[in-house]
Amino acid sequence: MRNWGGSVVHFNWRHTVYGYVQSCYTPLAQRCYSHGGKLESDEEFDARWVTYFNKADIDAWELRKGMNTLIGYDLVPEPKILEAALRACRRLDDLASAMRILEAVKDKSGPHKKIYPYLIQELRPTLDELGISTPEELGMD
Amino acid sequence: MVFGALAKREQVRDCGMLATRALSLVGKRAISTSICVRGGHGVAKVDDYALPAYFDRRENPLPDVQFVTELNAVQKSLKEKEKGSWATLSNEEKIALYHISFKQSFAEMNEGTKEWKSVIAGMFFFIGMTGLVVLWQRKFVYGPVPPTFESEWKEKEVQRMLDMRINPVEGFSAKWDYENKEWKK
Repeated sequence: MRNWGGSVVHFNWRHTVYGYVQSCYTPLAQRCYSHGGKLESDEEFDARWVTYFNKADIDAWELRKGMNTLIGYDLVPEPKILEAALRACRRLDDLASAMRILEAVKDKSGPHKKIYPYLIQELRPTLDELGISTPEELGMD
Repeated sequence: MVFGALAKREQVRDCGMLATRALSLVGKRAISTSICVRGGHGVAKVDDYALPAYFDRRENPLPDVQFVTELNAVQKSLKEKEKGSWATLSNEEKIALYHISFKQSFAEMNEGTKEWKSVIAGMFFFIGMTGLVVLWQRKFVYGPVPPTFESEWKEKEVQRMLDMRINPVEGFSAKWDYENKEWKK
């Protein structure tokens, strides 16, 4: 399956945060360079996105662009990427976007109901530190 | 580009229209693309539909603009408070902040409508109307059925078929008991 950036996106369970599911799909490549370059691994993908959100002077546009692009991929982002995104929201003084990000990843998990609680569990320290409430805590579901 | 074409049209009259509306609605980054100053003739007019719009979509969680563009005093003070620690915000304040930036939550935007009830109701209604039309037709449009449908005729017809031994093996006459002159049980 291709997104319009020209990269091939494989649905891949190992990359998602579903802690105890076996990987039943193929290789974890996220981007496939059509001219035959190196395939990117999961760790590289995660690292790239964490670096993107960790930029100290990230601006609102970059946050929005990053988030919208990330949600466009066929995967649920790892907690470390989300943590970086939430901290970026904090730097931008944007609580609403932080909550929206949580809603978006819950929606992204689709029928797999166990992913979101796992994410929240992993993000709990960050949520408490930054004072972000989940939409559930606020009754917004 | 588009703004080049727009500006050309505006050259004839000096509209003097600054895109102040645009300025207030649009984020910092978009201003550089939406204002086009052409050689002292003023600024190209930016239409509403050309500006970034707000929309709630699952695949685009963070739209380009906030939902509420002009903040009232309460909202402004809330935004100031947002710059501090978020733990000090109450739940209501957090919800209020969310609704400044966004119109519907994901839960709200994903819930279905009740449209299906109208659809089913409409279907039944039109089927009913059709039924009425059919009944009316039967009464007022169609002539009488042929005499071959009368029960007396039908009895004679069945008797004739039995006499002719229509389908005597497995079909019609096979089901008739010729000794007792009745249908087989």
